[in-house]
Amino acid sequence: MAGQVDALYIYLLLVSGAMTAIIFLAVTVLAIKYRRVPGREAHQIEGSTILELSWSIIPFFVMLTFFIWGAVIYFQERTPPADATEVYVVAKQWMWKIEHMEGQREINELHVPTGQNVKLIMTSQDVIHSFFVPAFRIKQDVLPGRYTTLWFKATVPGRYHLFCAEYCGTNHSGMGGDIVVMEPQDYAQWMAGGATAPLQDTGKQLFAALGCATCHRSDVQGRGPSLAGLYNTDVLLEDGRTVKADENYVRESILNPTAKIVKGFKPVMPTFQGIVSDEQLNALVAYVKSLAQPPPGTAGLQNQPATSPGQPQNTQVQ
Amino acid sequence: MASNAASTVIPANQAPKLNYLNNGHTLRSWLLTTDHKRIALLYLISVSIFFFLGGFFAMLIRLELLTPEGDLLQADTYNKVFTMHGMIMVFFFLIPVVPAVLGNFLVPLMVGAKDLAFPRINLLSWYLYVIAGVLFLHCMLNGGVDTGWTFYTPYSTVGSNTNVIEAGLAVFIAGFSSIFTGLNFIVTVHRMRAPGLTWDRLPLFIWANYATALIMILGTPVVAITIVLVAVERLFHLGIFDPRLGGDPILFQHLFWFYSHPAVYIMILPSMGVISELITCFSRKRVFGYKFVALSSIAIAVIGFLVWAHHMFVAGISLYAAMIFSFLTFFVGVPSAVKVFNWTATLYRGSITYATPMLYAFGFMGLFTIGGLTGLFLATLGIDVHVTDTYFVVAHFHYVMVGGVLMGFLGGMHFWWPKISGRMYPEGWAKLSALLVFVGFNLTFFPQFILGYVGMPRRYWQYPPEFQVLNVLSTAGSSVLAVGYLLPMIYLLWSLKYGPIATDNPWNAAGLEWKTSSPPPTFNFDETPVVTWEAYNYDEIPDVPLEAPVAR
Repeated sequence: MAGQVDALYIYLLLVSGAMTAIIFLAVTVLAIKYRRVPGREAHQIEGSTILELSWSIIPFFVMLTFFIWGAVIYFQERTPPADATEVYVVAKQWMWKIEHMEGQREINELHVPTGQNVKLIMTSQDVIHSFFVPAFRIKQDVLPGRYTTLWFKATVPGRYHLFCAEYCGTNHSGMGGDIVVMEPQDYAQWMAGGATAPLQDTGKQLFAALGCATCHRSDVQGRGPSLAGLYNTDVLLEDGRTVKADENYVRESILNPTAKIVKGFKPVMPTFQGIVSDEQLNALVAYVKSLAQPPPGTAGLQNQPATSPGQPQNTQVQ
Repeated sequence: MASNAASTVIPANQAPKLNYLNNGHTLRSWLLTTDHKRIALLYLISVSIFFFLGGFFAMLIRLELLTPEGDLLQADTYNKVFTMHGMIMVFFFLIPVVPAVLGNFLVPLMVGAKDLAFPRINLLSWYLYVIAGVLFLHCMLNGGVDTGWTFYTPYSTVGSNTNVIEAGLAVFIAGFSSIFTGLNFIVTVHRMRAPGLTWDRLPLFIWANYATALIMILGTPVVAITIVLVAVERLFHLGIFDPRLGGDPILFQHLFWFYSHPAVYIMILPSMGVISELITCFSRKRVFGYKFVALSSIAIAVIGFLVWAHHMFVAGISLYAAMIFSFLTFFVGVPSAVKVFNWTATLYRGSITYATPMLYAFGFMGLFTIGGLTGLFLATLGIDVHVTDTYFVVAHFHYVMVGGVLMGFLGGMHFWWPKISGRMYPEGWAKLSALLVFVGFNLTFFPQFILGYVGMPRRYWQYPPEFQVLNVLSTAGSSVLAVGYLLPMIYLLWSLKYGPIATDNPWNAAGLEWKTSSPPPTFNFDETPVVTWEAYNYDEIPDVPLEAPVAR
């Protein structure tokens, strides 16, 4: 990605450098050539519509090439590959807390192997921060109350600066760290040392401890929709909308359960705002995402409209 | 007649003609004046005070960044210093500087009117500015504010424990001062043009200020409301922007930039208007493509309202919203480029002299070209993700907002100084200052483009040592720039007493403001002028001698 951004940057540098040179040269030459000389009068010119149109339209088409190339890169930057390893990031004044799926935790350091696509699922505990790795040419604001994502693939082992790029108070400039890129075997070794329970296991324990499982049952239809195979599918809501069950949807459904009611269900779930921390939320989200699609026929059909809205047992929403 | 008589030195014993400056000497005659020219001078004094205060904070920033460690200031102090610098420069200097000083002075003169449409509202606008300024100074002396000039939520509503509300109130009040100026300009241009002064004969400075006034009226209320919402959330914990209260922090950014992006055009458009006046006069030519230059101001004002979210490409807006805003942003590049091309074409086959105002005009074209073209980098999505919130952005907006606006302002101040003060400025010193500003500016801000691309984030109090060389260059440049900005203040003040007395039209310029005496009488014209000519009819105006046109 860095190479692509640099290539586009060089293209822009060349075009705008040429443009600057043309204007500077034109102004200098004209200013000298047409300096005041006794006996020579200025020659009045009204203008020229053809010239006006050409210096409006030609630059616009040149700028269109900037737009298209830039948009293509942006699209790639914003679309994490499906095979990416996921890492949860929680920002707070003034540190970066990292949680790997394997349960490894770090602060202000993120270890990644070379050649592996890494997707960061990030949130903030307080104000807006921004995850910025200049060497990878990537940046994404990290917001309180929702997830934003970012992905990259590191290729060369080494330590790279991690900066907070959105002003966040007193120690904003100290809120940095390192991305440590390692060869896969070194990374495996690092990962083996000090690993605890995988994140989704922590989530599973929480799921049980918080009593989620009493309604979101995996065997029979409970008072809440079954969560098996939920992640990354489309969910039909009570108000007729359809939303994608991404990380933000799961998160919102835990903190603000009445915001999006699944069709056929009642708004009976209490909020867990203030009960679960951001780290616990991450674990719960990781657990819900890990739940596999149920075997066919166990819990009804997907997205089938409610036959009898008063009886949620008869409806199935994934 | 009068113009020729004034060109010779007036004997000391002869009473000078009654003009707006000597028509009353009491403090009361200034503080209760409704004369747009006196109000312009009141504004000039007050924005200059804020400019030097903002400049002082800028020097503190540059000195702190001389070394990688945070050694000169505390972290909290540094955060307040860059916030003060930004708020003062944006809200108390750049937004009012050209419209409220040069615009106030020149709009009635250029349209052949006795005054602005609402002289008392004009005075009220200055008082609001002063109230806002005093409030801001009070806030500053009481510990200041540390949110950055952008007031981003939720930091400004729940994170910061500084005087956010007082600073917000000051900006809120200053906004009304700006709205009143815009209102006055629009009504004046519509209703008070001299007979014969049709829309297609208006000076381009008027077109530019008209477009600016549209933005002031349509945009400023939005930022005012936004600041009220910040205060409401901060005071009463109503969930508007803080997600813990059910709010949306990105909503703030949409509302804030809906005004604050067009605000950049409030700053730059009037300066562009100045440049059109300077280039035509010192080339002795009609402007190339009058209609295109005039309408490009309106186009910038209109399109400027449709591009705000290009400040938010990494803020968490949707992929497709980002693409639309990137695309629209390139549209605003077209009218800006049209202006630069037309100014360049105006030079062609002209009869060009290099008086100080023209040097500033050349400087403007240089800095604005670099500032505008680097804007295209930021509009390009893939590049913006990397360079946004770094020193690349800092360099870009200083080139446009400071390089562009101040070149236009200083060029205009020198050009109209004989009209404003009745005296000529010292040409040699003035040329030196124009050179120092241009060199100092580039030395200060060009290294910051590189600094940004190699990854130094903005608003950093300390930084990794590999960024030091470029920071030292930038700080060195800023000391040159500071001298360049201080010099005009000194020699312009000096010239008030010792400068050669100016003729009514020392540049042999077109435009109604040159057809009255220098300085003009209180009601501008002895008789209402009747306009029978197109703008910039330099073919009908005799040329001036080769030497610098000072009164002898």
